[in-house]
Amino acid sequence: MGQDNFGKMKSHSEPGPGDGGKTGSWRVKRPIIDLTVCIPAKSGKVACFACWMYCPDGVITRTIPPVIDYEYCKGCEICAEECPVNAIEMVEETQFADKEG
Amino acid sequence: MATTILNLPDDELIHPGNRACAGCGLSIIYRIGLKAIGRDTILVVPPSCLTVMQGLYPIAATQLPCLNVTFASTAAAATGVVAALKAQGRENTKVVAWAGDGGTSDIGIQALSGACERGEDFLYICYDNEAYMNTGVQRSGTTPQGVLTTTTPVIGKLQKSKNVPAIMAAHGLNYIATASASYPLDLYDKIKKAMGMPGTKYMHVHTPCPSGWGFDPRYSVKIGKLAVETGIFDLYEIENGEFRLTGPSKKLTPSKLKPVTEYFDTQSRFRALKEDQIASIQAGIHEKWDNY
Amino acid sequence: MHVIESGNVAAATGVKLARTQVIAAYPITPQTPLTEKLSEFVSKGQMTAQYIPVESEHSALSVCIAASSTGSRTFTATSANGLLYMSEQVHWASGARLPIVMCVVNRGVGAPWTVWNDHQDSISQRDTGWIQMHACDHQQILDTVLKAFMVAEKVSIPVMVCYDGYLLSHSYMPFEIPKQEDVDRFLPSFSSDCKLDPEHPLNQNTVTLPDVRPDIHGNMSPGYMEIRHNLQQDLICSLDVVKEVEDRFKGIFNRGGSPFIESYLCEDAEYVAVCMGSLSYQLRDVVDQLRNDGQKVGVAGVRLYRPFPNQAVIDAFSGKKGLVIFEKGISYGNQGPLFTDITSALYQVEERPFAHNYILGIGGREIKTQDLLDTFRKSIQSGRKNEIKTEWIGLKL
Repeated sequence: MGQDNFGKMKSHSEPGPGDGGKTGSWRVKRPIIDLTVCIPAKSGKVACFACWMYCPDGVITRTIPPVIDYEYCKGCEICAEECPVNAIEMVEETQFADKEG
Repeated sequence: MATTILNLPDDELIHPGNRACAGCGLSIIYRIGLKAIGRDTILVVPPSCLTVMQGLYPIAATQLPCLNVTFASTAAAATGVVAALKAQGRENTKVVAWAGDGGTSDIGIQALSGACERGEDFLYICYDNEAYMNTGVQRSGTTPQGVLTTTTPVIGKLQKSKNVPAIMAAHGLNYIATASASYPLDLYDKIKKAMGMPGTKYMHVHTPCPSGWGFDPRYSVKIGKLAVETGIFDLYEIENGEFRLTGPSKKLTPSKLKPVTEYFDTQSRFRALKEDQIASIQAGIHEKWDNY
Repeated sequence: MHVIESGNVAAATGVKLARTQVIAAYPITPQTPLTEKLSEFVSKGQMTAQYIPVESEHSALSVCIAASSTGSRTFTATSANGLLYMSEQVHWASGARLPIVMCVVNRGVGAPWTVWNDHQDSISQRDTGWIQMHACDHQQILDTVLKAFMVAEKVSIPVMVCYDGYLLSHSYMPFEIPKQEDVDRFLPSFSSDCKLDPEHPLNQNTVTLPDVRPDIHGNMSPGYMEIRHNLQQDLICSLDVVKEVEDRFKGIFNRGGSPFIESYLCEDAEYVAVCMGSLSYQLRDVVDQLRNDGQKVGVAGVRLYRPFPNQAVIDAFSGKKGLVIFEKGISYGNQGPLFTDITSALYQVEERPFAHNYILGIGGREIKTQDLLDTFRKSIQSGRKNEIKTEWIGLKL
């Protein structure tokens, strides 16, 4: 008799990435940051990072320059829309398909 | 001092690769909100888009402990967590209930009202995307007048939305605030403040939903801002009974309000609105703002 | 210490002795004095529990579910429509495998309104995956509450302690209050290995899929079906735990010993009356009278209704000539549920007794000892040749 033998199956989940899979595959267009325009990249200073703050999925880094994790970026385009200097261009994924296979 | 983009905490408490739709307003407020809530917190979540976003068994997208509960029971369950923490002397750990507008304004309002009356020590966050989005866009108590949903088709919802923060204010809570997915820093500061206060705290967060509202995900933030700029959704706090507009709403005046049509035209859910309805809504907004 | 008190106070005393940490309840007749007593214990500082006066029964069990998930020993109590109002949560508590104890002070369900006793409320919740224990007197109420916590925490399954509204809840009888140190020796403090804790963040009761699925370490995790199968397996295995806990309790307190079926003069009996709850004590008078007439009869009170003690039923009733099953509930459109369960258990037995089914006492209708006596005699006379399929007694049509 003991608790050990009972209640072994419960729907208790552990934290980990990618429950929805590699959500980068949802993307139709890919955000590409023009580093000659992006404020922190261009100035080399800690500034702006609107893309980092608004990214719903937290896949952009608050670094110089900001880096996008394409494995998980869903391609919502909020970063491109909210960038104050229009440094992010949305490029059709088909353009990368040939190169990346 | 107000938080800026540069001093928001780095710590990400929600994993990427979750099941939220692209451009989801909830994703923004959840990600930023968890930064304010911090790791020493237990979450309580009823069925909602958040249930799905947090992940299907056995993987969780959230790095905080979370109790998934039945639809009507959110605030009662939060009460139970608080009581157990107190019973065990673990009172440093905070409790946050996080529910949708249906779970708050409709099926969950009895438990919420009871917990508020008892003054249970937790923060309740209602993310308001103005319909039952997880089940496919059915009307809720906070769906605005005229909006098309799958249960208010053709002519749109006839009734006005329920003012949940006002209902909470009638309970005499120490802290009530509204916020928006489009103003994450304002949201962050309000959650931080609420977490430091005793008793029941309530926050109502306007949450644009691309698929439910009918707009391109690209415009989630823009549309949330338009709701504030047109005076449709106002950012405010009610602290110990004192009402004050905050952030962008504080800078607005009746004369600076954008016409509501600028907001309505961005979303297909408003396409059934007739001119007289729009005029009436516009008049209502001016009346509201004249009284601020 | 011996006292003369009500059944509700006996239950409250058990909850206090168990050092319950979180109590949530909503008043409903005839459970109310139990709730009042607990709030009195807490207000007077005789108990250190968190007492949450919730705004509904649904919330009462919600509070217990959440507090239990956070690692506290929890208790609630209700009756009739209160139990039905929390029904969603009743299923949830067992599915989440939480060792909550709930007293169900049995009352008939509306409509029409009745505040009086029958068993329809707890019977209607029998398929929720809870353990259901029935107490027949005040001492059993107190003792069963203590045993219920121990069983629940050992098997991670919630337990209902059922007792008759008014007949037990509001009547006064002598019972012994055990010493706190003995109770502490019997019931260790509750510890949960998977409670809500920021140090080990788990997301509890997440959405499951129809099929199994790998976890973050690559190990296969169960699907909904495996989790529910596990509940069923553990419920069946909990029969052994119920017995062990009963024996352990007897070892310390020198009371009890019959966790499944409490028998009175059954050993040599040819005919046995079967029921649940306080009715079994009334039937003892009937049996005494029939024994005086030379009939070999006995009474069996079923103490554990879920998991149903099939083997104990077979052991107790194989070889008997007949069973007369009296019950205060019905599966509408069929027959008495206890009758169904007992006859089902005996289906494989070669020499099975005949079984007659009587529904009585619905909505608190007075159960007259003379009616029981007449009915028992009639059943013995009818025997297998004229098996009585679900007859209502005490009806005034």
